[in-house]
Amino acid sequence: MSDTSIQELMQRRLIGRSELEDLIVVPIFAVFAALVLGALTMLATNVDLATIGQSYIALLKGSVGSLNAWSETLTAAAPLTLAGLGLALGFRAGLFNIGAEGQLLMGGMAAVVVGFSFADLPAVILLPMSLLAGALTGALYASIAGWLKATTGAHEVISTIMLNLISYRLLDFMLRMPFIQKEGRADPISKSVPEAAELPRLLTFVDVNLRVHAGIFLALAAVAVTYWILFKSKIGFEFRASGENAEAARFAGIHSSVIIVAAMATAGALAGLAGANQVLGVLGRATPGFSAGIGFTAIAVALLGRSHPVGVLLAGLLFGALEAGGRQMQVDAGVSIDLIGIIQALIIIFIAAPLLVRAIFPWGFARQKGGGPQP
Amino acid sequence: MTAIPDTSAPIARIDTGKQRQARITGIVLLGCAVLVALVFLPDINGSATFRLSRPTDRFPIGNLVVPGGPFLYAATAILAFLGARQFLRGGIRWTSLSLGIGLAILVAAFLVWATAGKAFSLTGMLQATMVRAVPIALGGLAGVLSERVAVVNIAIEGMLLAGAFTGALVGSLLGGFGGLFAAVAVGGLFGFILAALVVTYRMDQIIAGVVINLFVLGLTSYVSSQVFAEHRFLNNAPVFRAYKIPLLGDIPVIGPMFFQQNLFVYGALIMVGVATYYLFHTRMGLRARAVGEHPRAADTLGINVYRTRYINVTLAGMVAGFGGAWFTLGAVGRFDEGMTGGRGYIGLAAMIFGRWHPVGALAAALVFGFADSLQQKLALLNTPIPSEFLAMSPYIATIIVVAGLVGRARAPAADGQPYVKE
Repeated sequence: MSDTSIQELMQRRLIGRSELEDLIVVPIFAVFAALVLGALTMLATNVDLATIGQSYIALLKGSVGSLNAWSETLTAAAPLTLAGLGLALGFRAGLFNIGAEGQLLMGGMAAVVVGFSFADLPAVILLPMSLLAGALTGALYASIAGWLKATTGAHEVISTIMLNLISYRLLDFMLRMPFIQKEGRADPISKSVPEAAELPRLLTFVDVNLRVHAGIFLALAAVAVTYWILFKSKIGFEFRASGENAEAARFAGIHSSVIIVAAMATAGALAGLAGANQVLGVLGRATPGFSAGIGFTAIAVALLGRSHPVGVLLAGLLFGALEAGGRQMQVDAGVSIDLIGIIQALIIIFIAAPLLVRAIFPWGFARQKGGGPQP
Repeated sequence: MTAIPDTSAPIARIDTGKQRQARITGIVLLGCAVLVALVFLPDINGSATFRLSRPTDRFPIGNLVVPGGPFLYAATAILAFLGARQFLRGGIRWTSLSLGIGLAILVAAFLVWATAGKAFSLTGMLQATMVRAVPIALGGLAGVLSERVAVVNIAIEGMLLAGAFTGALVGSLLGGFGGLFAAVAVGGLFGFILAALVVTYRMDQIIAGVVINLFVLGLTSYVSSQVFAEHRFLNNAPVFRAYKIPLLGDIPVIGPMFFQQNLFVYGALIMVGVATYYLFHTRMGLRARAVGEHPRAADTLGINVYRTRYINVTLAGMVAGFGGAWFTLGAVGRFDEGMTGGRGYIGLAAMIFGRWHPVGALAAALVFGFADSLQQKLALLNTPIPSEFLAMSPYIATIIVVAGLVGRARAPAADGQPYVKE
């Protein structure tokens, strides 16, 4: 976890000891504790010790053990980072957007439709157009929840969850529309994306099976853009001001309704990009549930990354590694990949409750001064 | 749970907010009127026949026959009137009532349109409504219990799922009642965990809830694919059968709905009654509500805020665990991954709709249960509307309800805020 970029960040910022602990020590302990508890879960379900060891070795091997493993890790990390950035931006603006899953589905669907509708265009135009369609549709779908919150005060948690559930049905419906459904198929599946709209694979010259694609550059660019929006632009300042103290922001003349809709739309655009990234880079078409829970895992990524773009990138890489390693674990040790879900949830519990980690691991932390929790 | 209406703003500001809401309600109702007029009216023919009793009933009563055309014209007129009234006058006092009546008329118009020229068992649908309302009502009740002590409980979904899972697992080993008790206990455990995370470790309440949901989903999916797939006997629980209450069960329409049901329906109805008595007529309940409204004042008066929150959130977890057992012990007898399908979140919406009151939550749950069973039954009626849109309708209704009622229903004042004892 202690990447050089974080160290640079810290030296520049000159942050205090307790923040350093929150940024570095707590995540390390959290990952460690989650892996230990994951092992205990396996023990409880009658998996013997040798298999547990084997599965954790497989986890490591499948995530960073080979070129293919790295390729899989990066492939899984790109959409998690993109969607996680959107959620992080929402958190900064005080919006708890659970709707990344639905925004991702809608964005991915739009990217597919644009992709096969204009199949004759050259890649230079078609690929950006498909990505843009994904981002715009995600933004539109998310801004429904933003608009509802801004006009009626409907809590975004409930409305985004409902929009997720609606999006599954909407996707099923659209995938059966004659215009979208693949010719000659009865099951809900879309037409394939033409090659011109696909995100190019990067390492096919080494091995044709390496799936890592240009989406990782998209994710890196999104990290930079989100960083710029959040910390260098005026609207980003307004996002953060509303998130820190909505009341104060209003008295400072910030239009809270506009901020809510704008923040939701930006978050939705990033989630939509994540969806486009999946269909254009990995899957090549849309099927029911092609999001595969990325939108929910991205919540964990955003929390783990402390809603900071660089943190989200690192968290996305960690969770991408867990996903890729989890698949290897299932193959090698026969342990269900659902275990990864448990480990991810546990990591978040420990990250989000630093007091809990401090209670479990009394060493490694500076003595806390009396007087309540850290802010 | 909701955006707390800010009391610090001047009165005029609140009024414009309410007027805007009334306008939006008006637009929704006018939209409903247009929908009925343009979609339903053009192709209505014949009358709709609703069967009110079944041949086996002891006191059979006749069928309800509704003439299609006239009914739809009347429905359009009433919807247009209500909508125009809300939109133009901003009827501040009657907004939610109008919305409720309007949606009920829309549903009735839809039913008449869908059944026109055919016959349809209304009683059967009402019975299914009650059954499908159970997990939502219990989820909503769990929400009421924890939000009354100012703990936002997003984790209801996870608690339902945990209850369903435990019900199936322990029910397969020890029989129905063993499974039920275990489900309640595990629900209570997760309630306790939530309380510990948010009260003692002061974790953000929404994050804690989301994480519990993720954790339970991961754990149950893991065990189900790791263990249940191989050992099928562990996922084969008995199902509680319906028990007809003598005499009461023979009342037409109402009897099948309320008194020919299984343990879970009776349990839910009793729990709603007990919770209402507990919250509004006992000393403990008064203390719980005080903690939710103004924890510092409650603390000053010697009420142990932390303990009250622990107790109530644990109770909420037990209620949700009971509701979760419905999915396995009350319905299908086996556990499937993610089988709760968002019912916990709909339960939260029912709680808001029901204005943080147990009876209100039950009533709202019945509305959602109705939408749910409507969608099941309509598949039989061959309507031209794609089934996906019918499946969406409860969720769209939830959004409308949450958007239409927020600000009108008041959450407990300290809802969602951690309390730090001085």
